[in-house]
Amino acid sequence: MASQPTQTREDSVAERVLKIIADNQKKDVSLVTVESSFEELNIDSMDAVNIVFALENEFNINVPDEEMKNIRSVRDIVEGVGKLVAERPTDGPKAA
Amino acid sequence: MRRAVVTGIGVLCAIGRNLAEFRESLRIGRDGASPLHNPEPGGAPWNMRFTVAGQVREFNATDHFDPKAADMLDRFAQFAVIAGREAVRNSGIEWTPELRESAAIVTGSCIGGQSTEDKGFVEVYRRGRPRPHPMTIPKTMANAGASALAMEFGVTGPSFTVATACASSNHAIGIASNMVRSGMCDVVLAGGSEATFSEGVLLAWEAMRVVSPTVCRPFSKDRNGMMLGEGAAMLVIESLQHAQARGARPLAEIAGFGMSSDAHHVTQPSAEGASRAIARALADAQLPPHAIGYVNAHGTGTTVNDATETRAIHLAFGDHAPRLAVSSTKSMHGHTLGAAGAIESAATILSLRDSFLPPTIHYSEPDPECDLDYVPNESRGWDGEYAISNSFAFGGLNAVLALRRLP
Repeated sequence: MASQPTQTREDSVAERVLKIIADNQKKDVSLVTVESSFEELNIDSMDAVNIVFALENEFNINVPDEEMKNIRSVRDIVEGVGKLVAERPTDGPKAA
Repeated sequence: MRRAVVTGIGVLCAIGRNLAEFRESLRIGRDGASPLHNPEPGGAPWNMRFTVAGQVREFNATDHFDPKAADMLDRFAQFAVIAGREAVRNSGIEWTPELRESAAIVTGSCIGGQSTEDKGFVEVYRRGRPRPHPMTIPKTMANAGASALAMEFGVTGPSFTVATACASSNHAIGIASNMVRSGMCDVVLAGGSEATFSEGVLLAWEAMRVVSPTVCRPFSKDRNGMMLGEGAAMLVIESLQHAQARGARPLAEIAGFGMSSDAHHVTQPSAEGASRAIARALADAQLPPHAIGYVNAHGTGTTVNDATETRAIHLAFGDHAPRLAVSSTKSMHGHTLGAAGAIESAATILSLRDSFLPPTIHYSEPDPECDLDYVPNESRGWDGEYAISNSFAFGGLNAVLALRRLP
C-alpha cells in the first residue's frame, strides 16, 4: 500500500498522483485521469485515506484531517497536492 | 432458560477510578479529555495530529500490585485485575473451593498488550538490541487479562478472551451471560480492558484519520472523529437463583444478546448489519421494540458511524425510534476499543439502577442524518425498564446487549 517513490523527476505532479491512485485501486494507469470520478474508480473513504497516505510519503507533504472532507474527486486530489507541493517547507512534514 | 443478573461492577477509566466516581461523572457529564501524554516514565512527548485523549491519569501500578507482580503485567491486564477486584468486592461473592472450580472468566480486548510489544520492538528496531524482553510474549497476549484474573481469584473454570475489535467486551459479556443462562456456570466474571496509548498504535490511528483533531462530539453535525480512551470494566454475572440463594441484590438483568456480521466492508459500517444485531437482542429478550427506553450508542463521533447507527436504530425500532433516548458516553470516556462494551454496559446498568440517562457531551448542532434524542450535554431522569447497549466493530462484527432494571 505504501508507495515508494518510483517516478522519474520528469513526471509532473499530476502524473505521479494518477499513478499512485491507479496503484492503490489496482487499475491500469491509463484508466485514471484527472476527470475520473471516485465512483468510476471505486474509491471509497478508506481508499481515499490510503491514497492520501501514499501521496504524503511520495511528496513529503502533510495533509491535515480537515482537508480530507474536501476531497471528492481526482481533480481535488491533483489540485490539493499541487498546492501543498508548492507550499512545501524545505524541512518537510513532522517526523512520524 | 435461567436468568443472568449482574451483581457486581468494577470500572477504571478517564472519568472514574472506581464505580462511584464513574457514576458521578456520568451524572454530571464530566469530560474525560486531557492533553495527550506519554505515560512511560521519562518517555519523550508525543506529537500527534490529535492532542487530547481519555487517558487514565496518575496511575501507578505499584499502588495496586507489588512491584514484581506489576512487572509481569501489561497496563491493560493491570486494568482488568483492578476492575475485577472491585466487581468481585461489590458483588459480595465469597470464593469457596466449589465456586472457584465452576466459575468462569471471559474478557474482551482489541489490541492486548501492544504497548509492551511496541516498547520491545523499539528496543530491537531503533536501539539495535538483539531481542525484546523475555516477558514480551506473555504480556502482549490478548488473554493476559483473563489469565491474571484467574490467578488473582483462583478461578479454575472456563476462561478465555474474545477479540472482535471494538465489540470485544460486548461479545464477552453476551457469551458470559449465555454461559449462565444455559446452566454451564453459576458465576462468570466478564468484561474487557484496553491500554490504548503507545506511540506506534497511536500513529496507526492517526494514519486512519478517524480521531478528532479537536473535540469528540457524537451525533453532532460538526463532529469530526473519535477520542481514544483506555480503561476497563468487569461485571460479576450470575444466575438469578445463585444470587438470591446467597442474599445478593442484583443490579440489573442481562435479558438478551444479539450478534450479527455485516459481511460488507472492513471499515464502513452497515445499518442493516447493526440493526440485525439490535433486533436479535430484542428477540432474545422476548421484547417488542417499544419496550426499550434507552440506547447506549456505539456513538464513536465519526461522520460515518453516527449516521449509520442512527439509520440502524430507525430500522430496528421503526415508529418507536423518535421516542428513544440515545446517548454516547464515549463523548466523556473516549473510545476504549476492547473495553468499550464493558464500560458502556456498566454505564447502562447504572442508568437503569439509578434512574438517570447519561448525556452525550459536546453536542452542539443537530444533523439531519442524526435525528434522534441524543440526551445532549446534560443527564436527565428516567424510569424505563429496558435499555440496550450497542457495540459495532471494524470488520463489521456487531454485538448488542439488552439490559433490564430489577426492583
